Amino acid sequence: MNKFETFTGIAAPMPLVNIDTDMIIPKVFLKSIARTGFGKNLFDEMRFNRDGTEIEDFVLNKPQYRSSQILIAGDNFGCGSSREHAPWALEDFGIKVIVSTSFADIFFNNCFKNGMLPIVLPQEQVDILMKDAEKGENARMTVDLEAQEITTSDGDVISFDVDAFKKHCLLNGLDDIGLTLEKADSIKSFEDQAAQARPWV
Amino acid sequence: MSPKTLYDKIWDAHVAHEADDGTCLLYIDRHLVHEVTSAQAFEGLRLAGRTVHAPEKTIAVPDHNVPTTLDRADPATMTPESRIQVEALDKNAKEFGVHYYPVSDVRQGIVHIVGPEQGWTLPGMTVVCGDSHTATHGAFGALAHGIGTSEVEHVLATQTLIQKKSKNMKVEITGKLKPGVTAKDITLAVIGETGTGGGTGYVIEYCGEAIRDLSMEGRMTVCNMAIEGGARAGLIAPDETTYAYVKGRPHAPKGAQFEAALDWWKTLFTDEDAHFDKVVTLKGEDIQPVVTWGTSPEDVLPITGVVPHPDDFEGGKVEAAKRSIEYMGLVPGQKLTDIEIDTVFIGSCTNGRIEDLRAVAEVVKGKKIKDGMRAMIVPGSGLVRAQAEEEGLAEIFEAAGFEWRMAGCSMCLAMNPDQLSEGERCAATSNRNFEGRQGYKGRTHLVSPGMAAAAALTGKLTDVRELV
Repeated sequence: MNKFETFTGIAAPMPLVNIDTDMIIPKVFLKSIARTGFGKNLFDEMRFNRDGTEIEDFVLNKPQYRSSQILIAGDNFGCGSSREHAPWALEDFGIKVIVSTSFADIFFNNCFKNGMLPIVLPQEQVDILMKDAEKGENARMTVDLEAQEITTSDGDVISFDVDAFKKHCLLNGLDDIGLTLEKADSIKSFEDQAAQARPWV
Repeated sequence: MSPKTLYDKIWDAHVAHEADDGTCLLYIDRHLVHEVTSAQAFEGLRLAGRTVHAPEKTIAVPDHNVPTTLDRADPATMTPESRIQVEALDKNAKEFGVHYYPVSDVRQGIVHIVGPEQGWTLPGMTVVCGDSHTATHGAFGALAHGIGTSEVEHVLATQTLIQKKSKNMKVEITGKLKPGVTAKDITLAVIGETGTGGGTGYVIEYCGEAIRDLSMEGRMTVCNMAIEGGARAGLIAPDETTYAYVKGRPHAPKGAQFEAALDWWKTLFTDEDAHFDKVVTLKGEDIQPVVTWGTSPEDVLPITGVVPHPDDFEGGKVEAAKRSIEYMGLVPGQKLTDIEIDTVFIGSCTNGRIEDLRAVAEVVKGKKIKDGMRAMIVPGSGLVRAQAEEEGLAEIFEAAGFEWRMAGCSMCLAMNPDQLSEGERCAATSNRNFEGRQGYKGRTHLVSPGMAAAAALTGKLTDVRELV
């Protein structure tokens, strides 16, 4: 996994609430057995007509947002299925950070596994960032994970919370499985004890 | 010792390691695997030279892509991409030595129906699967939730998940349900109350007399949709109904082991005075047969209601409601019972069990579905199909004009050829009414099996209480 580094990028406003994983990547694109290449189908039904032409007024089709790296989204982003294809598609498109008042649990976890940072902020602060994002490509925000700060195009600084372990993994690009296997002894002793206590499992 | 919730007890029994910041390695007792979210995980193991840590606790079955037509043994019934995914699962299951129910096996079906049916799911277990509807298994008092593909790989490699504990939420349904009201109506009514984000950060324990009165099938329906309310998992404490269901299943403990297991299962309940961070209470008698009007599972109304107006809502929901109403081709103020239906889909991990099929048969017995109606019944597993045939239900369905299919996820998510066309309107017993969920521009109304059967007969959304 790539290390998460401080960057300055364009933020796209997506105020719609309950953006679900079927919107992010419709199931017809889940048939690949690879992890890459989903970006071209990101938000497919919102972004393209059936004939493949672009729907002009969809935010990521607008010239000023085509290279967005940040999404400022409505409540409960990523609800629905557990498909990791959703963060894969966002990441493949170039999105590194998503800001919302809330995220669906599985989607939220899936982001961290792919080097992406979902940020939860109170409504008032999401509103400030949404307004800033609406300015288009002139609104470049800076996301600094180390300092846990977003700096708006006007220089306002908004602090955010992040789980310390997840932050550590993102900043260092750590592989979860490798970390867990370092605790193989704990797993083994748990298994021995569980085999005694609950032999039917 | 401070009083514990059911969730606390199961959690505590599965922590294999806890770091200073509270990050835990949660040990996983059962890992269920299907073809859509596992190929990349097995490939990851292969690339890293890793093996499956506990293949005997790993159960795989193809369900999302598989055709449900009777001729599905013919490979030509599958698209090349679907075939690649199913073949990848065939190969991975064999190579890594996990339990496997291939398409040709009569026990094949939707992973969340097969697990309980085969006795893999037991009270007090931790169960995960790369599928959000893993919440279904919570009906047994098992801590069960969906995970992404990276986590599937993590569980395959280590039999653990990196987790932080969720908060406790209690959903109590008091009293009795009225006739015609089912587990599906309970679970939709709860989401209507809490919203799709209301459970985010929580594990829900469902309790109360109306929940206790439910069969295991009904409890699975309730827990199945905990995820639609945003919760990590839904739980129902095991009781005599649970033990009776589990006993004798192929992979359930037998003899003295069963008795030993039972002793432990009987400790799995929430202690008096245990703390819940959030409590929601509904009166069973207030719940009516419900239907969704929009494109979020929280868009729930009693069948006696009317399509709302966007101005009835607040904040971001105003815009979302406007978009939903337009997408669904409805008019604010329109009676829900005036909405005409093109298609009826009965099945899915929410409502594809034998009890659901019995409820349908009760409504349609001796009747015919409306002319021109496309109506299919897709049993949740090959064994459910066999039982329905044995009980004479299949004959009732076919005589009424339903297509009687083979087992799979089918039109719930339309990854196989069972899809809605543009503008086609469906009454479905599944779990998601998202835009495009059942097919591009398809329109979905979520209902109970009885309500779906009623709609098939009349051609409109219909109050099932008027037909039985």
